[in-house]
Amino acid sequence: LTSLSFSCVRNSGICSCKCVKQPQMNEDLKEMLESNKESLKLEAMKRIVGLISKGKNASELFPAVVKNVASKNIELKKLVYVYLVRYAEEQQDLALLSISTFQRALKKEQLIEVIEKLLKDKSTLVAGSVVVAFEEVCPDRIDLIHKNFRKLCNLLVDVEEWGQVVIINMLTRYARTQFTSPWREDAMFDENNEKAFYDSDSEEKKGQADVKTYIMDPDHRLLLRNTKPLLQSRNTAVVMAVAQLYWHLAPKHEVSIVTKSLVRLLRSHRYIVVAFKHCYNLLSKQGMFEPYMKSFYVRSTDSTHIKTLKLEILTNLANEANISTILREFQTYVKSQDKAFAAATIQAIGRCATNISEVTDTCLNGLVLLLSNRDESVVAESVVVIKKLLQTQPNQHSDIISHMAKLFDNITVPMARASILWLMGEYCERVPKIAPDVLRKMAKTFTVEEDIVKLQTVNLAAKLFLTNSKQTKLLTQYILNLGKYDQNYDIRDRTRFIRQLIVPSEKSSTLNKYARRILLASKPAPVLESAFKDRDRFQLGTLSHSLNIKTSGYQELSEWPAVAPDPSVRNVEVIEPVKEWAPSVGKAKQSKSEDKFYSDDEEKEENASDSSSSDDSDSSSSSSEGLVLCFCFLVVITKQAFSLQPQSYQGNHTAWSGKMQRALFFRILSHTLIYSFISAFLMSCQVTTPSFGPMKTFELLHHMTGKGLSAKYHFPRQPCLYQPSMVSVQVILTNGSDHTLEEIHVGDRSPASLHIHCFNTIGEFLTVRSVPRCRAQDTCTSVQYWHLKLFCTKEDQFSVSIQPAVGELLMPSTMTEADFCKEQKKLLGMNETSATITMTTANTSSQTINKQVLSVANVGVAPSSQNNFHRFAGRTVSSGALVLVSLELKESSSALLTINTEKSIMASMLLQDLKQALTEA
Amino acid sequence: MIHSLFLINASGDIFLEKHWKSVVSRSVCDYFFEAQERATEPENVPPVIPTPHHYLISVLRHRIYFVAVIQSEVPPLFVIEFLHRVVDTFQDYFGVCTEAAIKDNVVVVYELLEEMLDNGFPLATESNILKELIKPPTILRTMVNTITGSTNVGEQLPTGQLSVVPWRRTGVKYTNNEAYFDVVEEIDAIIDKSGSTITAEIQGVIDACVKLTGMPDLTLSFMNPRLLDDVSFHPCVRFKRWEAERILSFIPPDGNFRLLSYHVSSQNLVAIPVYVKHNITFREGSSQGRFDLTLGPKQTMGKAVESVLVSSQLPRGVLNANLNPSQGAYTFDPVTKLLTWDVGKINPQKLPNLKGTMNLQAGASKPDENPTINIQFKIQQMAISGLKVNRLDMYGEKYKPFKGIKYMTKAGKFQVRTYQHFLMVQTSM
Repeated sequence: LTSLSFSCVRNSGICSCKCVKQPQMNEDLKEMLESNKESLKLEAMKRIVGLISKGKNASELFPAVVKNVASKNIELKKLVYVYLVRYAEEQQDLALLSISTFQRALKKEQLIEVIEKLLKDKSTLVAGSVVVAFEEVCPDRIDLIHKNFRKLCNLLVDVEEWGQVVIINMLTRYARTQFTSPWREDAMFDENNEKAFYDSDSEEKKGQADVKTYIMDPDHRLLLRNTKPLLQSRNTAVVMAVAQLYWHLAPKHEVSIVTKSLVRLLRSHRYIVVAFKHCYNLLSKQGMFEPYMKSFYVRSTDSTHIKTLKLEILTNLANEANISTILREFQTYVKSQDKAFAAATIQAIGRCATNISEVTDTCLNGLVLLLSNRDESVVAESVVVIKKLLQTQPNQHSDIISHMAKLFDNITVPMARASILWLMGEYCERVPKIAPDVLRKMAKTFTVEEDIVKLQTVNLAAKLFLTNSKQTKLLTQYILNLGKYDQNYDIRDRTRFIRQLIVPSEKSSTLNKYARRILLASKPAPVLESAFKDRDRFQLGTLSHSLNIKTSGYQELSEWPAVAPDPSVRNVEVIEPVKEWAPSVGKAKQSKSEDKFYSDDEEKEENASDSSSSDDSDSSSSSSEGLVLCFCFLVVITKQAFSLQPQSYQGNHTAWSGKMQRALFFRILSHTLIYSFISAFLMSCQVTTPSFGPMKTFELLHHMTGKGLSAKYHFPRQPCLYQPSMVSVQVILTNGSDHTLEEIHVGDRSPASLHIHCFNTIGEFLTVRSVPRCRAQDTCTSVQYWHLKLFCTKEDQFSVSIQPAVGELLMPSTMTEADFCKEQKKLLGMNETSATITMTTANTSSQTINKQVLSVANVGVAPSSQNNFHRFAGRTVSSGALVLVSLELKESSSALLTINTEKSIMASMLLQDLKQALTEA
Repeated sequence: MIHSLFLINASGDIFLEKHWKSVVSRSVCDYFFEAQERATEPENVPPVIPTPHHYLISVLRHRIYFVAVIQSEVPPLFVIEFLHRVVDTFQDYFGVCTEAAIKDNVVVVYELLEEMLDNGFPLATESNILKELIKPPTILRTMVNTITGSTNVGEQLPTGQLSVVPWRRTGVKYTNNEAYFDVVEEIDAIIDKSGSTITAEIQGVIDACVKLTGMPDLTLSFMNPRLLDDVSFHPCVRFKRWEAERILSFIPPDGNFRLLSYHVSSQNLVAIPVYVKHNITFREGSSQGRFDLTLGPKQTMGKAVESVLVSSQLPRGVLNANLNPSQGAYTFDPVTKLLTWDVGKINPQKLPNLKGTMNLQAGASKPDENPTINIQFKIQQMAISGLKVNRLDMYGEKYKPFKGIKYMTKAGKFQVRTYQHFLMVQTSM
């Protein structure tokens, strides 16, 4: 049976008797899912995923699959999740308990609030996702962007590439509503003036220019400047986004910056067609691609789309200087085996001929030569183009018309024949001898011609009748008679109309007089233009632009405002973060917001750590209101915001659990889902309560000893950026002196085995400013003092030492009560240290105990079913060894504190610290 | 953003579907099939197809159409770029990206797609991060997994994703620390009948394979960085240092990655490493045509030209070809009229030659056009632009890594036109 179902999964084609086999197979899968063996369950899930991927219905297995949601096996769980996301919507009736409460809570207003909150986040990880959410939920709330505009501009380079695209597109729209047009000057000033004005790159110079001069808003400039480096991105979507930003926002002459990168996009073999379409706009006006003309030469292996687009571009690039080169290239295309392309080339030659008067004659001669080409479609296309060209220059070229008349017999393509007939009629006075003869031939073949040719024959007859009735009267009457009985009503109609118009009779006297003026009126020459014209109504690079139709969800790009809205809305006031437990971080932030340019890598690092700490506070505050709901929001709004949380939870989420929560919570937004799922997921995902204790700051260097330089440090309890086995120490340097301090860096250290990832040398350190510097140190579980030398201005050097609190060398670990007990049993005997302590009764509440323990050690709270038992679990950062702390409350305010760990020295030190903290409190 | 993905093989079967939001019926692909029927060549299917309720954006790679279904405005290049990343990832994981490979690894494919796109928006597309989440299948691992019941799903949250260097995982350890860089250049050229260059340009890439312990910080400098006209970087490269000093400074991802792609400006003269002597003629009234082709090396700085492959689309009137190669083997497909000649290595002493006759359809007139000749070749140990790496330094770690740099030149779109212009411009200008 197993092999049978397996083959069904593999080859859907074989399952011709599917209806018979399917129930059987599903029974089999059900059995497997309900068995006790993980491997069988996994196998079953793999087959189910196989079914889903083939678009087969596996929904009846829903109840059986759902049971496995709490499984310990990660892969199994992940596959269950794949299944749930696929079927949750269809299987709502199977939901055990709907959670309409969630739906009620998830109103749009609230969503916007959350977006607003998250937009303020300084992390590059969040920015992209928040903007995606913004675009989906409230793209019109441009006011939410004001305060974050500069931050987004500055973060942009470090945001992940997909987020960059969304942010750039959003900022383009934003800028079009907030800044005035940089283009209007082009009209107001003459060339020289403009040049002098724009040549200066810096804003200062611009500010000094004439009062009347348009001054670009510094924020507008900031946006342009900060997006420019992204032209070097390997992601074509990013490059295109920057290109369209420049196209829509930059002063006209600056747009050419994007040229090189766009040519690169066009060259890359893969994206070419769509990119070409977008570039077309850029090409048409600016002439900025001219140096790259040869990049657009057509290769025989190009696909038809690309060939036509390249041809378009070459035609647009043509000017007096390069036309001969381009025409020479076009000649080779006319010979192409791809006849549709050859025809397109002939049209392109026609366009070149009309656009550039110098080459009109050359092109005409060339096209006439093509009339003797062996390929009919080439000839036909040439005739049509020649006809149009002749119309633009009606006074010459009777020789060409007579040449075409000679070729007439050999041309069979109806459109070409019709074109020649039209030419004969229109210019019949210039070929007085030939035209009647052509009409004579046509009279003979009239009945077998195509409709379009018949119409033109009637036309020719009428015109000749008016100009040369002596020779053609009879012929005309004959043709009109043939037309009168034609099968096509259009031709019959036309014939009747022409007859009334040209043949004098009693009734039609008035119109008759004007027949000549009607039929032989001088006609305006046709304009030969590209099929790609009129695409500029859509924002460049969008789907709408590429299809030239308005797609759903397209956001109009507004026109520039005449007067710029108040630019001060983008000013960001300094906000004092409320953090009772981390005063030093708050202080540091305040001073830092003054210079917001992340000019070097190091500051970025700081920022990442800063923002994650601020996230801590967010989630902790909302957790009191309802952890689940808060998660819901966070998850709905931003995926990465969520993945940031594990960081603050010391990174012990597994990837899949975070992922699972994310997607499932997303579902909640639009569908009812089973409440029990959520609780199951929350359990299975093992959401750790972060250990937020009050943070202690220690003095590292007093400003008296440090000659003005003072330093403080604390343990931010974040995973280290450099290596997970390091402990981060945040050092805050303050310059209390009245002069600038230079070259601050860390010098010798002891013990020598200590690995330190220090901050880079700080070049110059201005007065009265605090800068937090993150530093990570490998502890090797050594608990002796770390001695360092802090250098300042090279002359001064200060020895300082950091006392590593043993509790800070841990990271929280999550485990269930059962696991805790199991691990504890493994760590008995030598590995157990315990002490009896006395506590005041007021302090035996679990809240106080948790607070005290967490203030000393960076451990996680493990659940406990008994009220008098408190459990905490952690691992050493360096080696990952388990450290289990348990506190058993006994009668008369005594308690038994036990620590189980392999690291016995650490245990005794930790015991000491904890004892002190708990008894003091 | 991206709603669903359908994979369609050359014969028009949907062999995999994946939905990230609500399920879109596969009947939406009918619009794609319609467009496919209309297209003369597989690659002529329009990349963006509007349907009444959705838009289909597709790429064709390895003879598989990757069709993404979207419902509302999104930059098409965004979707196309993502689809290409999906293909690259499959190739990276399974070695090849074929229908069979995808079907065999359908579970891994699903797990990957699930990670790469979250609710329709790209999430983890960086290969290093994906490999931490989902380990690539190997024969050994598949066996071990089957026996022990363990999985190829990583247990750890990829640490890199959250750091400022999201492309690198932490805690990398190697016993042999190595860093290899491949400078690969491709020449795109059009040569006219007389052998003169109409257009030629060089696209280059530097692919790296870096296996270094810890958090190494590398700098790579060039002897002649001015050659590089236009560059695009892996996100790890510090743009400011490049701007200021023309030095590539970066903390590398672990494993294989493309560090840099560049373009050598067409203003510089491009050396053309091979020349072609050809004589392909059809005579009026004769049912035979002559074919004579000789290849030779030119400006190769003494390096051998290898893996030479000549292909040419002969005119439709050609029935068959009766040719005699001096080396290698040739094939002519009478249906597609495609002539391919696998030449191998060019020996400068004895130049490879392919000579003989082509038979035309009886009574057919002489073909109007002469074919273009496409040439592929490889030259080892040489970058045709003359680009040279000066030195590679490592900071931030104490060990001495083993460093290696390899150069290679390949033909990109290298075409030789065998036809003459009809005299249109020359006469009058």
